[in-house]
Amino acid sequence: MESFNPKLHLPILIFGVAAPFVIPGVTIQIAVLWVMVLFALTWDIMGGQMGYNSLGNILFFGSGMYISALVQISMFANVSEYTASSGAVDFTYTNSEYFWGLGWGILAAGIGSALLAASLGWTLFGLRGPYFAIGTLGIALTAGELMGTWEWVGAGGGLAMPVYPGSADGKSLMFYFMCFFAAIGTYLFCSWLYSTRFGLAINAIRDDEQKAEAMGIHTLRYKTIAWSVSAFFLGISGALFGNMTGFVEPLEVAFPVATFGIFMVAMSLLGGKGTLWGPILGAVLFHILKEFTWTYFLGWQWVALGVLIIVNVVFFQQGIMGWLMEKFPERFGIIVDKKETAK
Amino acid sequence: MWDNISILTAAPVFNIQLILDGLFIGSTFALAAYGLALVWGVMNVKNLAQGDFVIMGGYVAWWLGKQGIHPLWGLPVSIVVMFVFGWVVYVTIIRRVIDKDMFTSLLATFGLAIVLAQALNLMFGPEVQTAESDFAIRSYFDNSVTVADIKLVAFGLCGVLAVAVVLFMKNSRMGQAIRATAQDARAARVMGIDTDKVYAFTFSLNAAICGAAGALISMIWVIQPFYGIGHSIRSFVIVTAAGFGNLGGVIMAGLGLGVMEQYGGFVLGAEFQQACVVGLLVAVLIYRQLEMRRHRQVVQ
Amino acid sequence: MTDTVIEISGVSKSYGGVVANHNISLKVPSGGITGLIGPNGSGKTTLFNSIVGYHPIDEGSIKFKGEEISSYRVPQIARLGLLRTFQQTRIYSNMNCIDNMLISIPHRKLGFADMFKNRGDKETMEEVDRLLDFVGLYEKRRLISGDLSFGQQKLLEFAMALMNRPEVLLLDEPTAGINPTLINGLIDRLRRANEELGITLFVIEHNMRVIMNMAQSIYCLAHGELLAHGTPDEVQNDQRVIDAYLGAH
Ligand SMILES: Nc1ncnc2c1ncn2[C@@H]1O[C@H](COP(=O)(O)OP(=O)(O)OP(=O)(O)O)[C@@H](O)[C@H]1O
Ligand SMILES: [Mg+2]
Repeated sequence: MESFNPKLHLPILIFGVAAPFVIPGVTIQIAVLWVMVLFALTWDIMGGQMGYNSLGNILFFGSGMYISALVQISMFANVSEYTASSGAVDFTYTNSEYFWGLGWGILAAGIGSALLAASLGWTLFGLRGPYFAIGTLGIALTAGELMGTWEWVGAGGGLAMPVYPGSADGKSLMFYFMCFFAAIGTYLFCSWLYSTRFGLAINAIRDDEQKAEAMGIHTLRYKTIAWSVSAFFLGISGALFGNMTGFVEPLEVAFPVATFGIFMVAMSLLGGKGTLWGPILGAVLFHILKEFTWTYFLGWQWVALGVLIIVNVVFFQQGIMGWLMEKFPERFGIIVDKKETAK
Repeated sequence: MWDNISILTAAPVFNIQLILDGLFIGSTFALAAYGLALVWGVMNVKNLAQGDFVIMGGYVAWWLGKQGIHPLWGLPVSIVVMFVFGWVVYVTIIRRVIDKDMFTSLLATFGLAIVLAQALNLMFGPEVQTAESDFAIRSYFDNSVTVADIKLVAFGLCGVLAVAVVLFMKNSRMGQAIRATAQDARAARVMGIDTDKVYAFTFSLNAAICGAAGALISMIWVIQPFYGIGHSIRSFVIVTAAGFGNLGGVIMAGLGLGVMEQYGGFVLGAEFQQACVVGLLVAVLIYRQLEMRRHRQVVQ
Repeated sequence: MTDTVIEISGVSKSYGGVVANHNISLKVPSGGITGLIGPNGSGKTTLFNSIVGYHPIDEGSIKFKGEEISSYRVPQIARLGLLRTFQQTRIYSNMNCIDNMLISIPHRKLGFADMFKNRGDKETMEEVDRLLDFVGLYEKRRLISGDLSFGQQKLLEFAMALMNRPEVLLLDEPTAGINPTLINGLIDRLRRANEELGITLFVIEHNMRVIMNMAQSIYCLAHGELLAHGTPDEVQNDQRVIDAYLGAH
């Protein structure tokens, strides 16, 4: 586990705490930035550290969002009445109802998504590489469509989240900090996880899964836990995001495969997969670039996103972090045998 | 759902309609899947952009149709255009990832899929399109089964194309070189086969096959920029179920998938089409999982 | 009379039409070094693969310490303490040597919580250092293992296997690709692993000098069938073995 490094961690902490007060106009955008960091970090647990490219991790974001919505609603109201009224009937939540609901909702979102990952894992993990990639992608795509046909949860029209009992500023501030802490929590957890035997085992699976099996590693166990961990944090982020937006809708908000789902991959690749800081760097860079340039592309930004992935994979596989590590290996504590590499 | 099932049992002739439609559309699935099996088997590239190649081929035929050229003429054009496109993709992307690990080629073709779908969307808009062939639509069994002539034509063309590809692989020098490379690339290189060229050709051939499948799909069904992923999943389902290097299996699985999808769509409702395909994928994966357990392949 | 750790009886395995193993029966005694020789393509690696669970066998039975293992899968068998190395060396090539060693600890002994323990406690680290020193890779321990030379990778794989503290170790051509001066050192290490660590070795080897020196008992395969069995001297002088395999020497 990384120990506290004032030069690295302190500025980020200060920025994260001060940002909503210093530049309040963009609180939501920065909150989304923290969600992006969480996305990239969780994608990398599988994609980078373990070598399993999940193209449908957004599934757990959406499942978390729906689970928390349902928990929050059902604790104090009847779900089918609630969704049928689509906001027309006034369900007013008291302060304590809202916050208890939110708390349980977030927890249930994390746990429920993790369980979902664990149960899907059995089907998808035996099937390596291509099946995993296309299977996850297919399931995430379908999840949105299926939710769109399910009347009980509001079908394609979606459902409104319980209304925050307070001012709009108070709401954005609260969710800002929740997103920030969720990202920090994910970072700390990953940082710890990669320092344990577990981290080594998933790296081993990435490098040579057959060898790992031949050495007696419980590969299925590790893979399932790794995916559940990703899903846990993604589920929480989904719960936060849904509450922050105030509205859950299947295709664009809960299961946005074509946007957030692809951003996860692109950000981790850009920053350098398989490293702790790469995905963070990639997420920050990508998010800033996106916020400033997205609208100037006139629709071609989606094409550019695909091009970014291709160029990244083909010409810049190591990503920014990997490139830095190659350039300045001593700084990262990597020992290069000069004689060996000189040949 | 039960209503729909009872229709099928009450009026068995509906089954004929579903089966016929399934076979017609399934033949194009089989064609595209054969292309995937080819690049998978020969180059070990799992092309996630397979379905987007299909859709792109469809748009070529559709666009020509809009210019007043009959989409059946669009078929050869689509084949040629996609062959060239495949070559360009090989040279710019695939060649550079082919000897890296599998994750690389997967992610690269994933990026390519995004580029293609989004570019088609920008160029042609998100509407669902069909290339009009203006062929007659005939009815059988007292008007309870309708079959458009174009579907029959397309079915026949699929067969012709499949036979052409098989003959090509058997008899031409390039076909033999492809098979030799698939067997053992290093040995092929030692024997003086330019494997880079073989790979380029294989990948382009796959794109051309997709182009043909897409052109036919645009005539007998619908195309839309984002339908590519659905076709990719179909190809993966078929190849997974049939295994590669097994043309008969691919054809059977393709036709079977077409029929099952028709039934699924009819029984559950059209909005479950994609869900049906993914459901089949999961089913095939579970089956494979059990199979592999039996073969001591997978853990615990 | 020593115990038998691996007992194979009547094992057959074919790939499509190719019969790789046909009706093979053999016994690997506990605590010794047993050799397996035979011409290229005679089915040696296939037999190893059958033992450690890479594929189902067509018929026959494979027993490890009396337990039928022919339906177990790879990691299960590895956790029983029956480990193999690969003919094509396999290591975790993006990780450094120490990490390669650390993740090769005996997984049968790990509980759920152990998965989340620190990578290596002091004891484990000492063992890593000792074993890396044992195979002569201590100096290279912080290098990314993919950057090691072929022979060094082979040595690392051997060290990883020892790290796992198996009861039986199946070695697939341990000296292939290792230069002649190192081979003597390797023979010595194999012997020491056998004697000091008490690991039963079952070794495929093409280098006759190595195997005749080391093994107490040798099996010879040809065309997928068991051709001969005996002490090194017996096998060396067996006319069938000379015809099928040694003739060229
Ligand atoms: N996966 C496989 N599929 C098909 N045939 C195989 C496979 N593996 C091995 N064979 C065949 O089985 C036979 C035995 O191969 P095996 O690898 O066991 O030989 P070997 O004795 O280890 O040879 P070598 O000394 O060259 O390593 C060979 O004819 C080989 O071609
Ligand atoms: Mg061998």
